[in-house]
Amino acid sequence: MNPVRRVFGRRSGEIARKRLKLLLVADKTNCSPEFLEMIKDDILQVVSKYVDIDAGEIEVGLTKAFFCGSLESVPALYTNIPIRCLSYKGII
Amino acid sequence: MSEVIVITSGKGGVGKTTTSANIGTGLAMLGMRVALIDTDIGLRNLDVVMGLENRIVYNLVDVVEGNCRMKQALIRDKRYPNLYLLPSAQTRDKSAVNPEQMIKLTEDLKDDFDYILLDCPAGIEQGFRNAIAGADRALVVTTPEVSAIRDADRIIGLLEAKDMGQIQLIVNRVRTDMVRRGDMMSVDDVMDILAVPLLGAIPDDESIVVSTNQGEPLAGTDTPSGQAYLDICKRLLGEEIPLSLPGTGRGLLSRITGLLKRA
Repeated sequence: MNPVRRVFGRRSGEIARKRLKLLLVADKTNCSPEFLEMIKDDILQVVSKYVDIDAGEIEVGLTKAFFCGSLESVPALYTNIPIRCLSYKGII
Repeated sequence: MSEVIVITSGKGGVGKTTTSANIGTGLAMLGMRVALIDTDIGLRNLDVVMGLENRIVYNLVDVVEGNCRMKQALIRDKRYPNLYLLPSAQTRDKSAVNPEQMIKLTEDLKDDFDYILLDCPAGIEQGFRNAIAGADRALVVTTPEVSAIRDADRIIGLLEAKDMGQIQLIVNRVRTDMVRRGDMMSVDDVMDILAVPLLGAIPDDESIVVSTNQGEPLAGTDTPSGQAYLDICKRLLGEEIPLSLPGTGRGLLSRITGLLKRA
């Protein structure tokens, strides 16, 4: 097995493709990975007030999306937050 | 009717000059009257790739400044009497010319040539703005690498903002063996990311180095890249040539899907 694949566990062409997709949206929206990290921390704080989430697995990123049948794509923020236990944390 | 085409990329070293030389040669081989213009003022290179470096008397800046007539500056190619090069100036910089002067220059050439090809310098500064000013169509050259594609995306954005008529993509230095084992983005991946129509793909080919060493473009020769460049020229002339990486005998897509099926 080549060393690159041993380290990343994925084919490097696929890694390049994924990195580029994020990079280009970030370039177009003038939004840095640090900015995403800040959003991630805030979302984490708010959501964890209500449900038990897996903080290590939370994913925040930018993608392209089409809204309301428009032909032009706009940048969209997506988050993927794995919930450990779907019960309110005794707030209500 | 003549067409002005700019060959650009953003990033340096992806093959703009090689592509310009080979498309120019290929179009001349197909009988077109072609003028190649090196717009990289201060860092001229198209002359060496064409093997015409010893015949330069006047250059682009001399024409713009009125030191000579256009006909005195144009150098006729060694092999094709319908192919000419307007070399760049080596001892000046990009500010020696402005976009209006470039528009006039390309307009002046339209009477005598079918295709006017502009070899654009790397970067997005004045040299780029000069090169694209008079162009009807842009060919964006990239390689299947993250840095080159990122710059190509930026260039495409700038070309769109300038209302460039037609923008097409050339993916250079494709290594089918690496694509096959998943360690290089495929031509389809690059197209998908950049969302610009593809004009052609050029395989990574060591004959390019030999051709540059000798100063003889290889478009049309019996080499993988020579055939790929000729295919691009035919597509420019409106022929429908299916995408393939020449030398392999089969289309790129069918090769990849075929291999996936076998795996």
